[in-house]
Amino acid sequence: MLKVKNLHSYYGGIHALKSVSLELSQGEIVTLIGANGAGKSTTLMSICGIVPPRYGEIFFMGQPIHHMSPDKIFALGIVQVPEGRRIFADLTVTENLDMGAYLRNDKAGIRKDMEYIFNLFPRLAERRRQLGGTLSGGEQQMLAISRGLMSRPKLLLLDEPSLGLAPVLVQLIFETIQKINQENKTTIFLVEQNANMSLRIAHRGYVMESGVIALEDTAANLLKSEKVKAAYLGL
Amino acid sequence: MKTDWKPLMQRVSSEMIKSIVVSLWFVFLTFPLMVMKIRPLDQTIEWRWMNLVYVGVGAFFLSFVWRYLMARKERGSEKDEGDSWQKRIGMKIRSDKRISVSGLIGVGIFVLIFPFLFSSYQTSIMITALMYVMLGLGLNIVVGLAGLLDLGYVAFYAVGAYFYALMNHHFGIGFWAALPFAGGLAAVFGILLGFPVLRLKGDYLAIVTLGFGEIIRLILENWNELSYGPSGIAGISRPGFFGFEFTLQQHTVYLFYIMVALVALTTIVVSRLRNSRIGRAWIALREDEVACQAMGIDKTRTKLTAFALGATWAGFVGCIFAAKTTFINPASFTFMESAMILSIVVLGGMGSIVGVMVGALVLILLPEYLRAFSEYRMLAFGASMVIIMVFRPQGIISGIRQRYEFRKQPQQEVSP
Repeated sequence: MLKVKNLHSYYGGIHALKSVSLELSQGEIVTLIGANGAGKSTTLMSICGIVPPRYGEIFFMGQPIHHMSPDKIFALGIVQVPEGRRIFADLTVTENLDMGAYLRNDKAGIRKDMEYIFNLFPRLAERRRQLGGTLSGGEQQMLAISRGLMSRPKLLLLDEPSLGLAPVLVQLIFETIQKINQENKTTIFLVEQNANMSLRIAHRGYVMESGVIALEDTAANLLKSEKVKAAYLGL
Repeated sequence: MKTDWKPLMQRVSSEMIKSIVVSLWFVFLTFPLMVMKIRPLDQTIEWRWMNLVYVGVGAFFLSFVWRYLMARKERGSEKDEGDSWQKRIGMKIRSDKRISVSGLIGVGIFVLIFPFLFSSYQTSIMITALMYVMLGLGLNIVVGLAGLLDLGYVAFYAVGAYFYALMNHHFGIGFWAALPFAGGLAAVFGILLGFPVLRLKGDYLAIVTLGFGEIIRLILENWNELSYGPSGIAGISRPGFFGFEFTLQQHTVYLFYIMVALVALTTIVVSRLRNSRIGRAWIALREDEVACQAMGIDKTRTKLTAFALGATWAGFVGCIFAAKTTFINPASFTFMESAMILSIVVLGGMGSIVGVMVGALVLILLPEYLRAFSEYRMLAFGASMVIIMVFRPQGIISGIRQRYEFRKQPQQEVSP
């Protein structure tokens, strides 16, 4: 579904990605783990065009997308839930969700999807008229993911959804990610520092170290791998 | 009920001491100006010691009142904001259709009979104020909604004015024919400015737009063949009305009604825009660009529409300005104008339509009615701006968005 070939990206003057290659198949959860500054977020930003890649190719369902602008890539169905949630603080929960459906025109479908989301996260339904900025961290993360879902993405890119959340909420968020994958057959690319949790729900995983892919395997194998255990799982 | 007076007294005495320090400082600062008066003719110095006392006592009281108000403001902000009287009145007006409709009708009738109630001079001032209302509403799109700080807004105003002036001068084109094109041309210039500044934010954007405003003014000042340089263009036609011949007074009244109609149009369009999809995209873009891009919003197009739609209104007003004064030159389009329009938006309340209207009326009418204070006029004007910003940093009327408010249920129904 998504194929990244020899991707090089620069973040300011820093050579952040040095020949990264990845592949995602339809319906998978694939996780990308690694330390701070390894280039995980840059990989996501390059895929969705916000940080355009300098060299390399990205194909989405056979179509080259590495020269497209972010809004065109979004229109193809690749949706990013950015790191640090980045919800619109001055808009209400419902309006934030509306922003997610910015490119859609089918009002009935939007309403149906909103109901789906309020079922997925009942907390958001309770707070639908509240301003985004007044939500708690966990609720904001729920909103950020929901906002991403509002456009019915084919591929959902999640950047550190567990960042700064209480363990109970992390659990809930990861369960929901799994549920979204199973119920809607949405392909999910999950960038995480919480290697343990993300490898548990993912099918496959990539390990990134200073701009290159260091390891690639099924999630189960990575969980068992001595190297991953020592470096990322703290075992 | 028993009040503990001791901390209050302590507080007051400490405030007193601070105010005394302030007054001493003022005495020191103003000493050479207020006390010493040099008579160069007989080479003596007159010492006006009484002035020293006046300054000291005056500064003491002013500082004390200032401190008291500031303390009250701080205490006020600690309280639940939902209880403030301004908000309650606002809510009441919005929730009660009767009040808002009758208020609107009242204002409408007042505006319609305004030229018959007041002199032609007053009407003329009001036309200027209404022009600034429109400019403020236009800039409000760029600054208030899209969050792009534009310090060169006057450039679009100049484009509109010069477009009409030149068209009228060379081809004898009338006001009504030029008006839509003045807006259109300003929009084109908005896009021209927009393209190079797409990547810029905040301070950098402000500096570039400031430069753009100056470029337009300097071109107008120096390109003699096109704009007739600093001497400007005179004899521009006033707006026509199916070939009627108006006296000067009738023209003022006519222009007043044109302005009222245009302000009404602007208000309707801007408020519709604000609640539209593109309006929401502007607000979202102001808040977070990355999140916007992640939502598939075309950043380039959204920003350019903000610049273009903001500039359009300035183009309209420029055209009206040329028709009103019948003479324009580059001196009318200095940075001071941009600063004035921006002050209207900020003081009135960013993003709020009513706020911008009130801001324009206050900032344009205040200096006129302060003429009684003659040379202290601008001082009083500046002071009132400072006071508004200190006590209402969000503007006179802050932007109202629909908000969910969490209210505590009243505990008991028993009367107090």
